[in-house]
Amino acid sequence: MSTPGTTADAESTPAVPKIGEEILSVDGLVKHFPIRKGILQRQVGAVQAVDGLTFNVTRGETLSLVGESGCGKTTTGRLLTRLLEPTSGKIVFEGRDISHLREGQMRPLRRDVQMIFQDPYGSLNPRHTVGKIVGAPFRLQNVKTEHGVKKAVQELLELVGLSPEHYNRYPHEFSGGQRQRIGIARTLALRPKLIVADEPVSALDVSIQAQVVNLLEDLQEEFDLTYVMIAHDLSVVRHVSDRVAVMYLGKIVELADRVDLYEKPMHPYTVALLSAVPVPDTKRKAKQERIRLQGDVPSPINPPPACRFHTRCWKAQEICKVTEPPLVELAPGHQTACHFPENVEAPAAKADSAD
Amino acid sequence: MTEPIEEAQDSAQQDSAQQDSVQRVERGEAFLDVRDLKVHFPTDDGVVKSVDGISFQLERGKTLGIVGESGSGKSVTSLSIMGLHKPGVANISGQIFLDGQDLVTSTREEVRLLRGKRMAMIFQDPLSAMHPFYTVGTQIVEAYRVHNQVSKAVAKKHAIEMLDRVGIPQPDRRVDAYPHQFSGGMRQRAMIAMALSCDPDLLIADEPTTALDVTVQAQILDLIRDLQREFNSAVIIITHDLGVVAELADDIQVMYAGRAVEYSTAEDIFDRPQHPYTWGLLGSMPRIDRERSERLMPIKGTPPSLINVPKGCAFNPRCNYAHLNGGASETERPELLDTGNGHLVACHLSPQERQKAWETDIKPKL
Repeated sequence: MSTPGTTADAESTPAVPKIGEEILSVDGLVKHFPIRKGILQRQVGAVQAVDGLTFNVTRGETLSLVGESGCGKTTTGRLLTRLLEPTSGKIVFEGRDISHLREGQMRPLRRDVQMIFQDPYGSLNPRHTVGKIVGAPFRLQNVKTEHGVKKAVQELLELVGLSPEHYNRYPHEFSGGQRQRIGIARTLALRPKLIVADEPVSALDVSIQAQVVNLLEDLQEEFDLTYVMIAHDLSVVRHVSDRVAVMYLGKIVELADRVDLYEKPMHPYTVALLSAVPVPDTKRKAKQERIRLQGDVPSPINPPPACRFHTRCWKAQEICKVTEPPLVELAPGHQTACHFPENVEAPAAKADSAD
Repeated sequence: MTEPIEEAQDSAQQDSAQQDSVQRVERGEAFLDVRDLKVHFPTDDGVVKSVDGISFQLERGKTLGIVGESGSGKSVTSLSIMGLHKPGVANISGQIFLDGQDLVTSTREEVRLLRGKRMAMIFQDPLSAMHPFYTVGTQIVEAYRVHNQVSKAVAKKHAIEMLDRVGIPQPDRRVDAYPHQFSGGMRQRAMIAMALSCDPDLLIADEPTTALDVTVQAQILDLIRDLQREFNSAVIIITHDLGVVAELADDIQVMYAGRAVEYSTAEDIFDRPQHPYTWGLLGSMPRIDRERSERLMPIKGTPPSLINVPKGCAFNPRCNYAHLNGGASETERPELLDTGNGHLVACHLSPQERQKAWETDIKPKL
């Protein structure tokens, strides 16, 4: 599995990048956080935050990682941007293995891979002006701008819907939505190719949330951005994503196109998750039969064996406790890790569609 | 600066909109009858008009959803019903009748006796709403013994029953656990158990599921609904999530900048919303139940400061239809009026204009 990383020395800058080609691929990604105890700080266990993820991201698409708290989606985002180092597995960005790059080696790549954070209050330094915050990437990366950093920053502010006059103001003078725009402007400063957005709108009010969602979509179109969106709000995810990966306890349980996932979810966890979301439509109140999952998500320190969802799954049988279901493609572009998937076409029909 | 607010400073006599008969004005009509409630906070920068004249009624067994964004005054409303504002900090005027008793004029001690027994509240963040130093059981026992003359042992037994009732596994062991030993969902359940330990007639749930994951949220919403049926209590659910109110609420009040802009049955609010702000909320929401329309339709701008609420209709700077009524929305504050069938709207647009805008501009794009 773990072939020694081929350190492609970025021999030649790739030709004009094309939409649809692979920009990022992840293979068997694992992150365990050791739990240490006692004077000797011996390791007594590990939080298995991310436990074997394999997926890829194509240029220009939005891939969303969804799941409940503790499923490892945020850790995954931090691994992709290499704010964390994976325990094992491989992250390849534009053909280059970045899984174990040192900080200094990683720095040039930070231009290409950026992150938007969830908390618009915690992610901006309150002592810095907006100009300094948004201009920081230029300074850190020693990027020369044509008309000076100030001009560049003001252009960025305009781009995200703020006024260039905001240059000398401080973050506390702005509302949550505006702060998030400041964060987005900083993210865009160096024209990244891949943006990992960790819950970019979940701290915002609905009306502001919609503004930011639209802004992210516009920016994606304008700059051919690729997004990895980390979110728990399944309605937002349905709106913004091209593909969706559903995570449960550190593993991907289902990965599919947006439409497929929402209309024909296969994994019981996805089915339960979708049915749990309250729908703003009073007529559905009576009709909708909700699947009630029992209990809470188990601890990632000691996850259940085999299929990790079996403790809460209504379809679980003996095999689910013994054999782990692999993530396999059950329909074109639709991967599921389940022994008893839902919404799977009958074998005959399947053969038909396989032609 | 810090003068109490002149009462009825504006022509905001919303009671008249309710068309109520004059005789019952004295003691309130419904089980919970809130009339022209105003909660103003004097600050150095000016008076923050968090709630500026709202009225609603609620009967036992019914659920009222209060919807709005941050700063719309929904939580302040609930805190004033519970009597949880610090004296001297907030200027509260208007009337809040709970089963005939006016909570605004009652003393703090009188309101304290009602809390827990007659009315209880579930907060958004159970970790900060529970005391970290005491076990969950101790806190439920304390709440129970304030209103019931029973021994600690009996109260503890009751606490275990309540924990069992809200679906906490192994309640006899969990009763001795501390809040931090519970998961988020369990903590929220424990708080519901505490709130319900004295069978309150009125339950206020302030963003009860916002901090929770969807599957746990579904469990908690089911729980609130089941318990309401069982105890026949009146429930106020405060949330920014239109999905949650669609599931639980019988009636919905939409709030903006401290006032109600629309009030009707849940069906009406979702099928025939009349206020441009409500349209804005619906247009801002991505849908999980159908494929997306091209773009979301956000409300432009940001919510106003409650110190400087825009003149006239508070929503007019963000409203796409404000130009339609010859500047009335910039000068005159619209009253909450009945447009038929008890559907109350505070908007200067004529019913025809509203109908047309909804049918042609908004509905097809949702």
